[in-house]
Amino acid sequence: MAEAKGTLGPRRAEALAGTLLALPAFILMWLMLLGPAVAVGLLSLTDWNFGEPQIRFAGLENYAEMWGDRVFWISLRNTVIYVGVSVPATVLLGLLAAIAIESVGPLKGFYRAAYFLPVASTLLAMALVWEFMFHPSVGFVNQVFRALGLPTADWLQNPDTALFALAAIGVWQNLGLAMVLFMAGLKAIPPDLYEALAMDGADGAWERFRRVTWPMLGPALVFVVAITAIRSFQVFDTVQVLTEGGPSKSTEVLLFTMVQQGFTFLRSAYGAAITMVFLLLTLAITLAQTVLLDRRAHYG
Amino acid sequence: MQKSFGPTPVLRGVTLEVVEGEFLAILGASGCGKSTLLRILAGLETADAGEVWIGDRRVDALPPKARDLAMVFQSYALYPYMTVGQNIALPLEMRRLSALQRLPWLGRLWSGPQRRAIAADVAAVAAPLGLAPLLARKPAQLSGGQRQRVALARAMVRSPAAFLMDEPLSNLDARLRAEARAEIVALTRRLGVTTLYVTHDQGEAMAMADRVAVMQAGRVLQLAPPQELYDEPTSLDVARFIGSPPMNALPAHVGEDGAVMVGDVRLPWLSPARGLVTLGVRPEGWVPASQGIPATVTLIEHLGAETLCHLEGGAVLRLAPDMARGMVAGQALRLAVRKAVLFGADGQRLPLQAALREIALG
Repeated sequence: MAEAKGTLGPRRAEALAGTLLALPAFILMWLMLLGPAVAVGLLSLTDWNFGEPQIRFAGLENYAEMWGDRVFWISLRNTVIYVGVSVPATVLLGLLAAIAIESVGPLKGFYRAAYFLPVASTLLAMALVWEFMFHPSVGFVNQVFRALGLPTADWLQNPDTALFALAAIGVWQNLGLAMVLFMAGLKAIPPDLYEALAMDGADGAWERFRRVTWPMLGPALVFVVAITAIRSFQVFDTVQVLTEGGPSKSTEVLLFTMVQQGFTFLRSAYGAAITMVFLLLTLAITLAQTVLLDRRAHYG
Repeated sequence: MQKSFGPTPVLRGVTLEVVEGEFLAILGASGCGKSTLLRILAGLETADAGEVWIGDRRVDALPPKARDLAMVFQSYALYPYMTVGQNIALPLEMRRLSALQRLPWLGRLWSGPQRRAIAADVAAVAAPLGLAPLLARKPAQLSGGQRQRVALARAMVRSPAAFLMDEPLSNLDARLRAEARAEIVALTRRLGVTTLYVTHDQGEAMAMADRVAVMQAGRVLQLAPPQELYDEPTSLDVARFIGSPPMNALPAHVGEDGAVMVGDVRLPWLSPARGLVTLGVRPEGWVPASQGIPATVTLIEHLGAETLCHLEGGAVLRLAPDMARGMVAGQALRLAVRKAVLFGADGQRLPLQAALREIALG
């Protein structure tokens, strides 16, 4: 190729233009997203406490301390239990709500808005209502349980029930989001398939659900599970307002431990190490979601 | 049978009797109600009034699965998450297995023999359609023509009382469509199953069907074999709809003596009607002659097997290529009508008798 000196070949020019055009997005991504994450990662390798004048590279000391920290393991275990309880419940109830609302006629908009309200409202304010709901004597939950002859408890102050009471609030909060996503998934199912199914001899609710609705909702399901899992891992405000990790660390969750270490005890580096664990969990969910959705790409 | 969607009547009084084993095409422009009619027959929609009978069973109160019909959808409506084999097997599973045997996973434990029989039937249907090597694939991995054949196989597999096909070829390209057309006709003939075939493509309807029902605005205009539809349309609407290019509609009148006149040219027919009428002439129903209706050629299209001469006023003359040799645009012709049908002012067919002396024939 005899190219004049000083000019770029068309391919090089195109590559350069591509890089230049991608640059703003690239810079913003590092500035806003990846940069802070890397900064937290670096911080977790030091011994810095907030406000201290000197900083020292500490290697994996923070992680070693975390490995031996009983509270961290309780916190991780509680978080996993919380997620394990609230995600399946949210997904199941969200799906039921979506199917139920899809099948009603005129009030569809109202129900959709009502279910979505908790997602849009401030959980901090709603926590007040829930504190009252779970109140041992005048609370709505215990009154209903008493009326039904079921055992009652001081839900938020009992170490055996506190985490599950919080999980119930989490379900209530994320239900609307799951429902809206499932409704979008239901809308995308071509009505032809139900008609073909009816011609093929299956028109019962169960067969319709099992043969068409459930498999066609596959991609939506993966997305809803990932989103609710990530949101559940982030549980913090209800813990902070209602139980403060207690009683006896039964509601100590990852983000609460992180905030305590990082902001209350001012142990910034240790808090950063806990944050890295949290980021890894979130990343794992996102990766799993991507892989699963890719595998279902042939649905199209 | 009648059907309305809200205040809009879609079907207004349709009566259609299908002979067992015949291939009946329902032909009409989009929005004429032909798909609605098919969906009512299938049970996917209910009629506002009227009855549906299959053989001696009245079925309009029955759900689709009890009607023993199979449908091929325009979109094929294949289940995208199932393999080709599972798609074809589903109608058999729903019919032959009990609810317990259809349970996910667990049901396989106590339905082995039935499932083997179903797999054998699926293979028997798939083989002649060339689907045997594709049974393990998902629909998204198939070409349009292959998907269409899977949809056919799914309809055929349980030998229904009739096939309902809703524009099954409209998603295929032209070459595949011609192929699939012949394939469907051959299949339904071989199986001898009654077939109702909805289409907007007159070529398809004419080529495939034993009889064609022409629909317009929720009514069946005419139900007849293709050739009869072409030669003897009962109304101007049918005459204009069937044939490409369509039948020429010449303004004409019938004189006091009953002679049919176009302008001041007397045609060799008599009609009992009087006054203004429309003469329907196929493009090949008239020929250049020394006497006859005057016309001017505006455009000549050489199509190889035939030549089309477009005439002033929008009429068309179809000629064999050697007869059209030497013709040029702008040329004046006289046309003698060999064959025609007469329509009254209301668009309905009028009787036409040959006059004793054929004056106008050159």
